[in-house]
Amino acid sequence: MQPQAPKRPLFERLLPYMQIAPLALLLCFFLLIPLVMIVTVSFWNYNGFQVVPDIVLFNYTEMLGSATIWRTLFSTILFTLTTLAVTAALGFAIAYHIAFYVRTPLMRTVLFMACTIPFLTSNIIRMISWVPFLGRQGLINSMLMDIGLIDQPLDFLLYSRFAICLVYVYLFTLFMVTPLYNAMSRIDRSVIEAAIDAGATPVQIMFWVVLPLCKTGFAIGAVFVITVVMGDFVTVRIMGGGHSATTGYLILNQISLLQYPAACANAVMLLVVVMSAIGGLLRGVDIRKAL
Amino acid sequence: MIPRSPLSLFLKVLMGLFLLFLYGPTLTIMILSFQGPQGGLTFPLKDVSLHWFSSLFQEQRVGDIGSSFRRSLTLAVLVMFVNVLIVVPAGLALRRGFRGSRVIFTLTIASLVVPSILVSMGIGLLFSQTGVEANWYTSGLGAHLTWTVPFGVLIMIGVFARLNPTYEEAARDAGASRWQSFRFVVLPIILPNIVGVLLFGFSLSYDEMPRTVLAGGAHNTLPLEIFAMTSNVTTPVLYALGTITTLVSFVVISLTLLFITLARRRTGAVKKA
Repeated sequence: MQPQAPKRPLFERLLPYMQIAPLALLLCFFLLIPLVMIVTVSFWNYNGFQVVPDIVLFNYTEMLGSATIWRTLFSTILFTLTTLAVTAALGFAIAYHIAFYVRTPLMRTVLFMACTIPFLTSNIIRMISWVPFLGRQGLINSMLMDIGLIDQPLDFLLYSRFAICLVYVYLFTLFMVTPLYNAMSRIDRSVIEAAIDAGATPVQIMFWVVLPLCKTGFAIGAVFVITVVMGDFVTVRIMGGGHSATTGYLILNQISLLQYPAACANAVMLLVVVMSAIGGLLRGVDIRKAL
Repeated sequence: MIPRSPLSLFLKVLMGLFLLFLYGPTLTIMILSFQGPQGGLTFPLKDVSLHWFSSLFQEQRVGDIGSSFRRSLTLAVLVMFVNVLIVVPAGLALRRGFRGSRVIFTLTIASLVVPSILVSMGIGLLFSQTGVEANWYTSGLGAHLTWTVPFGVLIMIGVFARLNPTYEEAARDAGASRWQSFRFVVLPIILPNIVGVLLFGFSLSYDEMPRTVLAGGAHNTLPLEIFAMTSNVTTPVLYALGTITTLVSFVVISLTLLFITLARRRTGAVKKA
């Protein structure tokens, strides 16, 4: 367009592209191409020994006709909905306490950090740390037996759907606390003052003033919870004791049996389910504004 | 401020219980890791000893903890620096805007919200089908970056959105080059945030497991080693390992918070002067 453009403006114009190049390359080679790879392999054929490049719909027809696949997907979605409900309620209450009832900024920061720091430690170790509580001879069972509430240890505490959900809530509530706290910090204090002056009770303020202003916070938190729970295989393996399965766990099993194309078809299904849920949630949400 | 009420009391109690819920289990396994040699996975403590810590480093008993620990530390340091080198320029570019920035932003968010197992599997497939050997410092590094970079980019977008452009304009008016205004004006202001991004990169990578599981090659990182141990090790040696790796995380977090506080204090002093 401008053949005689001076040297400096050209550099200026190219600069953003040079700055973004490392990120673009990373996303291309370690996200985009791998996902294309999964979709491609989902159409391949395989036998007991190897994977054969091909275009067959076999993996999909078999998957969609399998009761196990549907049952597992249903159970995964159920785990996700349970976790969403509990983490949203708990996260909202915690964020609300920090944002509106803790008076000094220092104390707010300290409490908020206390809620987020565990995110930076090992998830697996945090899961294992529930074993001394939930086991047959664990703290909860021995306490309940000591006070005479039960005669037999409760078996459903560990290696069960209960244990899995408990650990999801334990690990992922901070995904709700963070965006909700962020949303609450942005609420203009005069809005709250106005509600108080107009005679609103504390409970009314919480549900009729603050809650509706936290929609974006809930959406962002839900996105995180959905992506980690829908794709989970670690918690199910460790806390489920082999009695439960999720789609992610199924995919990993298929891979260990070298059924790559079947695993890929499953992965495509998971991707479609997760991405449509997230797409729906983020419709109308401007993430950049929430930062 | 909202007046005190039964609600505020309820929330206060809930907050306390939540903190207990968050930290109680971790503290419990820290105590149990000092079990005597006869002790089991639950209370009571039968004697107090360092038995399980010492057996942690005898290779044959529990697998090769030492080398996986070294691998994880090396990888985390690698990720930490590469992450910042990708994220800070990307933040600058997104701040100025360029054609295609929406696509890049959407992909960055996608990198965060695509389930980890799929990223892991895709990278594993890509390497195996192209015949390139997967390794923790090649495919594993890439897999970790897909997890750390989105956090970093989001942090940088927030930081640059709050950065007042008049500082740079003043620097440019005073004759500073683009590089000088970045190096001597922008960088000191955003330094605490960069330290934060460094910490995030290190910690997320050090504990990363779902994205490494199919992309990390033949040699396990520490979280993978622990994951393997959970199915066949039923002694407090797991707790000892948990105690050590949690302490590593806490040391990194504390050092970072210290740096950030010091850096803030310094820029605060400059602003006052």
